[in-house]
Amino acid sequence: MTALPPFQLLLDEHAAEVMGVLRGAVGRTDAEDCFQETFLAALRAYPQLDDAANLRGWLLTIAHHKAIDHHRANGKRPVPVAETAEVAVEDPGPADDGIWELVGALPPKQRAAVALRYACDLPHAEIAAALGCSPEAARRSLHEGMKRLREELA
Amino acid sequence: MKASLQRLAERADAEGLLDVAYANVDSPFGPLLVAATPRGLVRVNLPAYDPERTLEELATRVSPRVLEAPARLDDARRELDLYFAGKLTEFDLPLDWQLSDGFRKKVQRAIARIPYGQTRSYAEVARSAGNERAVRAAGTACGSNPLPIVVPCHRVLRSGGSLGGYGGGLPMKEALLRLEGSLH
Repeated sequence: MTALPPFQLLLDEHAAEVMGVLRGAVGRTDAEDCFQETFLAALRAYPQLDDAANLRGWLLTIAHHKAIDHHRANGKRPVPVAETAEVAVEDPGPADDGIWELVGALPPKQRAAVALRYACDLPHAEIAAALGCSPEAARRSLHEGMKRLREELA
Repeated sequence: MKASLQRLAERADAEGLLDVAYANVDSPFGPLLVAATPRGLVRVNLPAYDPERTLEELATRVSPRVLEAPARLDDARRELDLYFAGKLTEFDLPLDWQLSDGFRKKVQRAIARIPYGQTRSYAEVARSAGNERAVRAAGTACGSNPLPIVVPCHRVLRSGGSLGGYGGGLPMKEALLRLEGSLH
């Protein structure tokens, strides 16, 4: 068993990436809460962790679960139309490769569908369940989001 | 991101998840790393030692829940600043001795009782730790002091009055003794 490194090291190395993924998955406004929940959960479980081999993957998995919890909690509410709360107010973290910034700029449904599919690796049916819509609608949001990203990157 | 990390440290502290808090403190000798558990100051790392290795040791020996949380070390930082300015002669900080045990711990506790501005020999320290023949072991215990400066192992000298050793380097030992007025 590899010894567990000081938790601060996990923050130094992965906090920016986790924040980037969460911004993509739930939007800037709610990313902060999910970020806190992610690292508090990680800190709680950390001393009992058996394997220090893939700490990045472990953190991202927790982040994905927090993002899914967030969407489930919001699933029954109407999706907001106004985008005023989505305006960028902070600099992206340095470890962010930029793609999640573009994802974060998508309309909420498309953004969530792309993040749940590619950051959280969820199948269409679960994305639909998380977003509280039909699988067809989830597939359509994903398709439209991806189309827009391709255009932005082209 | 900085604000998020600070908030995280505060929440971790509030939820009892901050087992080891640490901070970097400036000193005339270079940066010190100081670390505390909820019980008290547990480690002072002198500039001569790699702070990352010290953090790894804390993770292994105390708890891997190690976070940079300077707020928890405000008292230690303030007292160290005053000490280096020559304005504090006695530290009043709760100490966590968990990195010491056995005879070493006895020696280190004896060292903690040497007053500011005074010195003792390794033999005297061995005696006040309860075993006057364990002079070499007393020397080892000085060398493994987890709380240098606060537990003033720099006040322990050879019997003839020569400096002996110091983990932070002899120039630092000399400078501390000069600061305290016990070396001219």
